[in-house]
Amino acid sequence: MRVEFRLWDVLPQAQIQGTAYTATVRNWRRIAHIISDVIYERLLGEKGYFDTRIVYIGGTGPRDKRIRRLAIMDQDSENNRFLTDGSWMALTPRFHPTRDEIVFMSYANNRPRVYLFDLTSGRQQALGEFDGMTFAPRFAPDGASVLMAVTNGGGSDIVSVDLSSKRPRRLTESGAIDVSPCYSPDGTQIVFNSDRGGDQQLYVMNANGSGVKRISFGQGRYATPVWSPRGDLIAYTRLGGASWGIGVMHPDGSGERILSESYQVEGPTFAPNGRVLMFWRETRARDSRGGGFSSRLVSIDIAGFNERVVPTPTDASEPAWSPLAA
Amino acid sequence: MNMKILGAFAAVALLAACAQSETGASSGAGAQAAQSGAVPGSQEDLVANVGDRVFYDFDKSNLKTEGKTTLDRQSAWLAKYPQVSVQVAGNCDERGTVEYNLALGQRRAKASRDYLVAKGVAASRVTTISNGKEKPTALGSDEQAWAQNRNAITSVR
Repeated sequence: MRVEFRLWDVLPQAQIQGTAYTATVRNWRRIAHIISDVIYERLLGEKGYFDTRIVYIGGTGPRDKRIRRLAIMDQDSENNRFLTDGSWMALTPRFHPTRDEIVFMSYANNRPRVYLFDLTSGRQQALGEFDGMTFAPRFAPDGASVLMAVTNGGGSDIVSVDLSSKRPRRLTESGAIDVSPCYSPDGTQIVFNSDRGGDQQLYVMNANGSGVKRISFGQGRYATPVWSPRGDLIAYTRLGGASWGIGVMHPDGSGERILSESYQVEGPTFAPNGRVLMFWRETRARDSRGGGFSSRLVSIDIAGFNERVVPTPTDASEPAWSPLAA
Repeated sequence: MNMKILGAFAAVALLAACAQSETGASSGAGAQAAQSGAVPGSQEDLVANVGDRVFYDFDKSNLKTEGKTTLDRQSAWLAKYPQVSVQVAGNCDERGTVEYNLALGQRRAKASRDYLVAKGVAASRVTTISNGKEKPTALGSDEQAWAQNRNAITSVR
């Protein structure tokens, strides 16, 4: 199959771009996404996010016997497939920045810990050997290490595990719950969640664990911080008594804006160009049998416009956006 | 006058009903209990005659008086059946985030385990696991359901 496209600027009557692609017929959607990204970039001067995918957790069955499977799809919900069969609970998948690989948490053999999952071969491998539970993993921007939490006593510490040596380096040891770490895109800083001050708040520290400072000071508790790929914003979940919000703030804690609010919204993830967030929204059960509960992926742009449900074949949670392919 | 007294009685009756339902909730299946013909030392025995779970306050992991009483019974039961090993699973209500609740569930499981070990149960007999908010017992979205779901559940391995 050969696809040609031309982008024409009507005022100066000039062609901006003209490209032809050759691909197998089954890749026609992908070609369309690649062309969309080219158009987006030529018109807006920054990269698009059409040729990207989402990993998430697909949930089926009643909540007390929930089956949670690792799932992957294109950002427009096409080509959905389940990567695990649901024998063990899977949680919190995230993409590698360059390789076709994800890191996630699995309860395989009733031993909850962090695994690497090679999307090409399907092979899974536990990451590191720890006495405690390992969870909340996320790749470093250079893809050479994974940040995650490991339980220690009544709390949890943040560790970095080098992917070639598998050697861990402990970055926090506060005795509190330190969790949900995420690097800044330049790899020099880490934002994380901690209850060291009494309840869940957001903290930023240097990549070696020094210079910890709190950045969230608004009402309620704060959780699940993720650093924008552009570096200028941190998105998070804000937990209030009656409703939760998805918000953004600058890395120094200023300029806080809540973009979406609902009974429960959680876990934002940035599109690779930093323009759009995806998160999940759970509705409140209206009876004691859990009737009325649902869990859906939702996207919204960082200005707070164009909020929409992202269709999935089952209930869905914990989305993570891939980098822009090729 | 009579109406007032009747009103007061009704209020007392209501309070009693509340107190009873709370006790019923917190000792788990313990209440419906003693009549069951569970095999001694089995999971069914633990659930029916001892109480398999303790409850925590919102975002907390300290044991309450009731919880300590249940764990006292568990440690006595474990002393009676020295061949039994157990796993304590910590759980959270839905009003927290997935990752934080994994840590909170572990903290709750550890609080219960530490108590059992302090009461003389060999540390090697008690493992822990956290389910975070992923395995609720009650399926509602109200305070009653959340209170049920903030727990540490002991099960025979």
